[in-house]
Amino acid sequence: MAMEITQFLLAAQSADARVRTEAEGSLKQFQEQNLPQFLLSLSFELANNEKPSESRRLAGILLKNSLDAKDSGRKELLVKQWCAIDLALKSQIKELLLRTIGSSVPEARHTSAQVIAKVASIEVPQKQWPELVGSLLSNMTQQESPAHLKQSTLETLGYVCEEISHHDLVQDEVNSVLTAVVQGMNQAANNAEVRLAATKALLNALDFSQTNFENEMERSYIMKMVCETACAKEPVIRQAAFECLVSIASTYYEVLEQYMQTLFELTAKAVKEDEESVALQAVEFWSTICDEEIDRQEYDSPDTGDSSPPHSGFIEKALPHLVPMLLETLEKQEEDQDHEDDVWNISMAGGTCLGLVARTVGDGIVPLVMPFVEINIRKPNWRSREAATYAFGSILEGPTIDKLAPMVAAGLEFLLTATKDENNHVRDTTAWTLSRIFEFLHTPDSGFSVISPQNLPRIVGVLLESMKDVPNVAEKVCGAIYNLAQGYEDAGASSSLLSPYLTEIIQHLLAAAERTDGPESKLRSASYETLNEVVRCSNLLEASGIIGQLLPVIMVKLGQTMDLQVVSTEDREKQAELQASLCGVLQVIIQKLSSKDETKPIVMQNADQIMMLFLRVFGCHSSSVHEEAMLAIGALAYATGAEFAKYMPELFKYLQTGLQNFEEYQVCSITVGVIGDICRALDDKILPFCDQIMSLLIQNLQSDALHRSVKPPIFSCFGDIALAIGGHFERYVATALQIMQGAAQVCAQMDTLDEELMDYGNQLRRSIFEAYSGILQGFKDAKAELMVPYAQHLLQFVELVSKDSLRDESVTKAAVAAMGDLADVVGEKIKPLFSNFTFCGEFLNECLDSEDDDLKDTARWTQGMIARLMVT
Amino acid sequence: MAPHDLRRPFKRRPISDQQKRRDLSLLRQSQHRSDAQQRARNLASSVISLQSSSSPDVDPETLSEPMPDVDTAGHESEASSFSIRQASSLRGPEARKWFASQLMLPEWMIDVPENLSRDWYVLARPAGKRCFVVSTDGVTVSRLRNGSVLHHFPSALPGGARKKGVSGPAQSYSILDCIFHEADQTYYVIDMVCWRGYSLYECTAEFRFFWLQSKLDETGACDPPSFYHKFRFSVVPFYNCDQSGLHSAYTGSLPYVKDGLLFYNKHAHYHTGNTPLVLIWKDERCSQYVIDTDNNGQVPSQQHIVLELQDDGKIVTSDDPPVVVNCLNADFVKQSGLSPGSLVRFAIGDGGLNCVDGKFEKADLQYISVSNRARAFADSYSKIMFQYMARRSPLKVEDLASMISQENQQDKLPEVEMSD
Repeated sequence: MAMEITQFLLAAQSADARVRTEAEGSLKQFQEQNLPQFLLSLSFELANNEKPSESRRLAGILLKNSLDAKDSGRKELLVKQWCAIDLALKSQIKELLLRTIGSSVPEARHTSAQVIAKVASIEVPQKQWPELVGSLLSNMTQQESPAHLKQSTLETLGYVCEEISHHDLVQDEVNSVLTAVVQGMNQAANNAEVRLAATKALLNALDFSQTNFENEMERSYIMKMVCETACAKEPVIRQAAFECLVSIASTYYEVLEQYMQTLFELTAKAVKEDEESVALQAVEFWSTICDEEIDRQEYDSPDTGDSSPPHSGFIEKALPHLVPMLLETLEKQEEDQDHEDDVWNISMAGGTCLGLVARTVGDGIVPLVMPFVEINIRKPNWRSREAATYAFGSILEGPTIDKLAPMVAAGLEFLLTATKDENNHVRDTTAWTLSRIFEFLHTPDSGFSVISPQNLPRIVGVLLESMKDVPNVAEKVCGAIYNLAQGYEDAGASSSLLSPYLTEIIQHLLAAAERTDGPESKLRSASYETLNEVVRCSNLLEASGIIGQLLPVIMVKLGQTMDLQVVSTEDREKQAELQASLCGVLQVIIQKLSSKDETKPIVMQNADQIMMLFLRVFGCHSSSVHEEAMLAIGALAYATGAEFAKYMPELFKYLQTGLQNFEEYQVCSITVGVIGDICRALDDKILPFCDQIMSLLIQNLQSDALHRSVKPPIFSCFGDIALAIGGHFERYVATALQIMQGAAQVCAQMDTLDEELMDYGNQLRRSIFEAYSGILQGFKDAKAELMVPYAQHLLQFVELVSKDSLRDESVTKAAVAAMGDLADVVGEKIKPLFSNFTFCGEFLNECLDSEDDDLKDTARWTQGMIARLMVT
Repeated sequence: MAPHDLRRPFKRRPISDQQKRRDLSLLRQSQHRSDAQQRARNLASSVISLQSSSSPDVDPETLSEPMPDVDTAGHESEASSFSIRQASSLRGPEARKWFASQLMLPEWMIDVPENLSRDWYVLARPAGKRCFVVSTDGVTVSRLRNGSVLHHFPSALPGGARKKGVSGPAQSYSILDCIFHEADQTYYVIDMVCWRGYSLYECTAEFRFFWLQSKLDETGACDPPSFYHKFRFSVVPFYNCDQSGLHSAYTGSLPYVKDGLLFYNKHAHYHTGNTPLVLIWKDERCSQYVIDTDNNGQVPSQQHIVLELQDDGKIVTSDDPPVVVNCLNADFVKQSGLSPGSLVRFAIGDGGLNCVDGKFEKADLQYISVSNRARAFADSYSKIMFQYMARRSPLKVEDLASMISQENQQDKLPEVEMSD
């Protein structure tokens, strides 16, 4: 029987910490000792209108937390626990919850609706709560149902729809739910609360309505109701209706044609005169249409030859009306929108949408926007100037270079001068527009740039001057320099053009990074990130001296972070963030300098000190391993080669910690990659550490708690280790191969319709082949016979992959290579196998016909290996 | 249940630099992994690629790629250029050895050859990386002397870019001997080995230079870089080695930094390996690197040379046949852990070198160490001697000029006699 727990629930919210802790302890004890009774007691508490709202609220929260958790491992445990509870007791709980949505207390109804959805998320897919939908619908159909019950019922239906998939319901149920929801939106029959709940429920039910949207009558009825609701008297309801339209725009783009005229009128009116919250949704509707059309255009690239989903050209058709509507929003800026991160207003939304429209239609937007730019850009009112500049900046992506180049060339000097505008906004947007110009119209690599040796000095001069502007402007200038530098990457002879300015640019960036007048550390991060790009894109032979001088400067800065006073967690985070930026710069410098034999010695001379710094960074953060430092260590290992061995004794414990960091799986993944780097640097000197590394890697592969994206890199790392230690891999071979075969099995059973899963599948398959290649080549001289028992399975796996037409080219390459390795290394003993697997020839021919030279080379090599085997 | 977030990125780059760093690291790691695996595969692949044109071991049906036409030139040379294409897939030490042996390598000029003005061209060598540039199948690959790929790029060379309507038959390929000049990112072509599948190995330098001059430009390879043509090519100007030619090459202003003068005998074929028919000469005025520097870029006080240890304890140059410089005693070899084939670095002591007729009579050598592994070959006789002279009594440009003027007078003498 349920227990009386009101006192505990109230005490757990006491201001007195002692009382609170004690009550929390008691509740926890109750939960651990008897979960079913605990949940039942909470349900009674929530259902009981006599109880204080505070205890009911906490009861609801505890119920929710007993059914769902963000962490997937915990969630799985909670589901198991719920399923294990006695059926009768669960029925009792569900009864209580359904009763509570009829409560007179709004908060209890709302909480109960959420808890019902959580239970539904577990039980509906398993068909264990068949009466749920019926019971909710009866609330809607019974004449005597009070409005508040209908409202909570609709809310519950919405939440339930959000939690489950439409495969979990039969079409009849879907129809009934949808009917109830749409009827709830009826203005004549319902009060505002019910209509709001119904409109919000529809938003969640839209995903369920595929079949209904295919049927023109049903679809038009739903659309009519949504459009009517979008004109409701109450702004919150209008907003909810527009949210539905946004969702419909992305989910049901194909069937919108017949409603577009109405939708344009509705949205135009909302953008022009409705409250901002509604107008924002109306703009978002058009942004979403752009997203859809851009997607379709990209998908439709003639290379792929895939049949693409229909493109209705809505934006193209609406263009003459849409663009003026958006331009009008641009002058409604807020005074301080450039300083705050969480601002989102109509002018920002309108400008963003304008940029998407430009990407959708290309050249067509230019004549519609340029008159607005020309009229407004010199006006005395800053709003006009800013709006004109923003409009200009927005249309730089999408139209062709031919169309844009004359305008940009003509406007560039004006913009450079505008970096001195009296208004902060105008300067901010001007700097942003410059950065867009350099992003899209400065690609000397492909033969075009608005920047010439003649105007470069002026441009650099202006940018460096503007780096001293207020922080928000300086940050945009960093972006401009970033793109400016990027254009010169791999740009042949033009890559020298920036060389004379590097020293000055770097000095200004370092100075900006030191500034303390900005909020948080945005300018600092932007400065360092730009510094990275400047280093990455520089002409190394000309810049090696400058980069060589930058190295000790950054090392000193990183050293100084260790002396920062760290008292609070916030201090600790700030220190870590600064260290991240500096380690990032070091990583980029190391990578750049070690890319050429001439400059590598600069890294080598400093390697000891750099490594010492990284170890000290690790030492600052006991709980986890610093991600950026780890990345940089990978680069250092590559640069130093075998000499890296001397760092291993100190470094190893951090590698172990990194491998065990499941929570921040990026860190784990990076550590795995760095181990690969170290293997290549050390060859068999990695051997003393291999037992521990391999056992951690194997544990990781077997763990469900580790994010799956880390698993493919681990297989690749097997290959790296095997190649480094050669025959010594013998002791791991049985375990490693067993897991590889298991993973290959998993690949074979993957759902090929799930795109994200297929991406993962491709990575996994490639990495398994890489593991095979590493192990085979590692065994080549000594232990080739160890791989004989696995040859058949490998070839079966290759065959399976060869028959998958959706496989990625990188998977093909890895598969072909592994097959060649097998022939090369194991040879004679498996000759009959190759005769049995007849797919080989066909697969090789397919690869030899590929456009990809690397793949062709690999296939040719494999063909040779097999041929050699067959004729000897 | 959370409200739909409307905000879109505003005035922001879509990708963070940190993500970029991660991605670039992953890219680097996967590149290195594939290089490492490729290296491991190489020993086998070299066997196949290098023998495929002659080896009967391989079932011809498994070689899908048809052999290029063999009707244009001598069979042997064709096979040789064909293997360059094939060997383009080699990496590591095998590739290094193989490629090094495919380039024509000049001897160092230690005395002035006869008939300079009549039989030789002179050109100013661009400073930079010597490489083979092979264009075929829509891609152009340049490889350094050590076999490593310098660039993989589209070019306007025949078959050098994946571009419709241009280039010739699919099997057409061209091979140029180039120096890549970093500062202006240009490939300076110093010789043409193969053009549109036509081998020039057996052609005289005179013909190759003429062909180079007339063919390269018409492809557009000398145009500025563009999307289908990533690097500019340029022909190095060459002159008859008379007074004015020598003067032009030596003092003339050129778009590139000079690194010495190259002399080509007009009648010489493209000979792989060291040849006395191409000579390199340097002085301080036309080269930054006359006297060898050590690994730190310093000129050591004594001249360092690298020699190869033979089975019998003799230490020899890289020439074919090798020139014996000295002999190490067996105990020393044992103590120092040297083995036959080792490349050993010595300093030349105060006793210096003494040689007669291309042989060393006496050499005062001081053992330094085993040479680093990056080196594939010992020094040649001519290099050792050029460096030796450069430190003591260098061959000056005046010596070259006076040789030319003597030759001119000799040429004129008969005329005088006839008119007499």
